[in-house]
Amino acid sequence: MCEVKVITGTSAAAEAAKLADVDVIAAYPITPQTTCVEKLAEFVANGELDAEYIKVESEHSAMSACIGAAATGARTFTATASQGLALMHEMLFIASGMRLPIVMMVANRALSAPINIWNDQQDSIAERDSGWIQIYVEDNQETLDSIIQAYKIAENEDVLLPVMVCLDGFILTHTVEPVTIPKAERVRDFLGVYEPKHAYLDPDRPITQGPVGVPDCYMETRKQVEEAMERAKKVIKEVNEEFSERFKRKYGNGLVEAYNLDKADTVLVAMGSVCGTIKYVIDELKKEGKEVGLLRIRTFRPFPKEDIKEFLKDANNIAVLDKNISLGFNKGALGIEMASILKNKKVCNYIVGLGGRDITIDNIKSIINHVEKAEDDETVWVGLKE
Amino acid sequence: MIEIRFHGRGGQGAVTAAQILAKAAFYDGKFCQAFPFFGVERRGAPVMAFTRIDDKKITLRCQIYNPDYVVVQDSSLLESVNVVDGLKKDGAVIINTVKDDLNLGFKTYTIDATGIALDVLGVPIVNTAMVGAFAGVTKLVTIESVKKAILETFKGKLGEKNAKAAEVAYNEMLKKYG
Amino acid sequence: MVTIAAIIYEPGSSIKNKTGTWRTFRPILDTNKCVKCENCYIFCPEGAIQEDENGNFKIDYDYCKGCLICMNECPVNAITKVREEK
Repeated sequence: MCEVKVITGTSAAAEAAKLADVDVIAAYPITPQTTCVEKLAEFVANGELDAEYIKVESEHSAMSACIGAAATGARTFTATASQGLALMHEMLFIASGMRLPIVMMVANRALSAPINIWNDQQDSIAERDSGWIQIYVEDNQETLDSIIQAYKIAENEDVLLPVMVCLDGFILTHTVEPVTIPKAERVRDFLGVYEPKHAYLDPDRPITQGPVGVPDCYMETRKQVEEAMERAKKVIKEVNEEFSERFKRKYGNGLVEAYNLDKADTVLVAMGSVCGTIKYVIDELKKEGKEVGLLRIRTFRPFPKEDIKEFLKDANNIAVLDKNISLGFNKGALGIEMASILKNKKVCNYIVGLGGRDITIDNIKSIINHVEKAEDDETVWVGLKE
Repeated sequence: MIEIRFHGRGGQGAVTAAQILAKAAFYDGKFCQAFPFFGVERRGAPVMAFTRIDDKKITLRCQIYNPDYVVVQDSSLLESVNVVDGLKKDGAVIINTVKDDLNLGFKTYTIDATGIALDVLGVPIVNTAMVGAFAGVTKLVTIESVKKAILETFKGKLGEKNAKAAEVAYNEMLKKYG
Repeated sequence: MVTIAAIIYEPGSSIKNKTGTWRTFRPILDTNKCVKCENCYIFCPEGAIQEDENGNFKIDYDYCKGCLICMNECPVNAITKVREEK
C-alpha cells in the first residue's frame, strides 16, 4: 500500500519528481525552493532515482539545460523561485514555443527590491503570458499529486506545453504535514512512458527544432499554443478524473474547486494556500449560521472562464484575493481577469499577503464584511500598517 | 485543535522540535502541521516555531497567535521576548530553567533541560528534551511516538541519545507533576 | 512608518541590537594568565573583545554570543567557560 509521511512541500515535490521517474534535473538553488533540489540530488546520489542531475551556474542555464534535455525526448524537472524565475524569463518562452513538456516547481516568493525571501505570487504571475500552464496548489499533498498530474497533462499530444506547479513559499515549502506517497509502480502505470512524436533527437530522422519563425509562420505558431491551452482545459479535467479514480484524491474539476458555493451569496475567489485558511473561516461561519463560499482557482493558465462564470452565476458579492499587484492599475492579476469576465457583477479585489505578510482569520473576516457592504467594485490592500 | 508555540534561539532546533512533536502526534493517529516563524534566521537570535494538532485535517495556514501551550527552550529569552503573548487564559508554559519556582502568570512547568542535554548529549541542545517534557506534562502525545519521531529525524547514535534525552525529561516531568 | 524603498538612513544602527542574552556559556578571561597574543581579539566574530587603556583584553558581554571561539583559540588557556544561569 501507499505510505504516509510527515514532510515539507519541497520534499513532497521532490518525491513527486522521483515518482515520475524523471530523466534529467537541472536546477540552481534559491530560497525557499532549495530543499527540493537538494532532496533530488540526494535521491540521484544514493541511487534511488536514475536521472542525470545537471549542476548549472544560474537559473537561466537551468532552464536552458531542461530545454535541451526535453528536446531530445527526455522527461525533465526543475524548480525555482522569485529572482530565479525572473532570470529564467527569456527561456520560459522558448520552452513553451518549442512545445516541450517540462515540469517545474515554483516556490512562490516575492520579488526584490526591497530584498524579501517570503511568500507572495508575484514571481509566477509575472510569467503569466509565457505560454506555461500554471497550477496553484493548496497543500503539500496537492503539490505531490499536481506534479505527477503535470507530466500527464504536459505530455498529452493535445497539449505539449510546459507546466509550472506553484506552491506558496514557506507556508507550504517549509511546513510539514502528512502526505500520502503512492507506490512508484502505480504512478508509472498512470503516467506511462513519454515517447514524443513531435520533438526528439534521432540520427535516423534528423529534424530542426527552434528554427527562425519568419513573419510567414510565427503568428500561426502562437495560435497553435493558444489552441493547445484551450484543449488543455479538457485534458486537465480528464487527468484530474483519472487521478481520482486511481488514487482517490480529487481537486475540484481540475481547473477550479468549489467549496460551500450552493447557498452562498458571498463568494471568495483565491489561489494557493490561503484557500485553506478561507475554508477554515467558512466552516467557522457556518456554525454561526452564515453561508460564505470559496471558488479556488487551481489553474491560472489556462484560465477557466467558462467554469468560473457557471460557478459564480448566483453569487452577488464576489471578493477576489490576490497575492500580487499590477502596479499602475491597482488590481491583482486575478482581480483583473475576474472583472473582465464578470461584467455585470460586483467584484472587489483584495491585495493580501505581499512579501510574507501573514493572512489571518481576522483578515478573511474583514474581507467578507467589506465585500458585503461595498456598493461598487473596489480594491483594498488588506493588513497594511497605519 | 491544539496549538503550540515554541520559543528558542537559532541553532537550538526549535523548528525541529515543532516537527518532531507534529510527527509524534501523527504516529498517535492525529492530524498535524508544523512550521517555523517566517523571519530572518540567525544563529542565536530569538526564533519561533509552531505545531498544530487536531483530530481532523488541518487547513488553517496563518501563524499561531493564541496558543494553548508555549514551550520555551531558553529562559534567557524572557529578557527580550514576551513568551506568553496571546497565550490562552487556561494555557500553560513549559520552560527550560534551573529555577523551580518560576511563575509567568500562567500555569508554569519548569525543567532543567540544559542539564539533561549536557548530561545525555554532551551539548546544550535542548529541543528533544523539551518535546519529551511537553509529552510528560500534557500527555497529548505518547513518549513512544516522540521517540519514534526522534529516531526518524536523527539517524544512528545521535537519534538514540536524543530519544534518551526526551525520555529522561519525560520521566522527570511525570515525577515532578504527576 | 516605512521609509521610501525601506532605506535605512541611520548609520551603525545595528549597535542597538544587543546580542549578549544569546549565550548558553559565558567566556571568562583571566588577565593574569593572558599573554596578550591578540588571538581572541582577532578571532572573535563579533568584535566583542577589545583592548582597554591598560593594554588588557576585555570581553563585552553586551554583544558576546558565547560562541567560545576565543576559548578555543587561546594558546595559554586564559579563557574558561561557565554556564549562564538564568
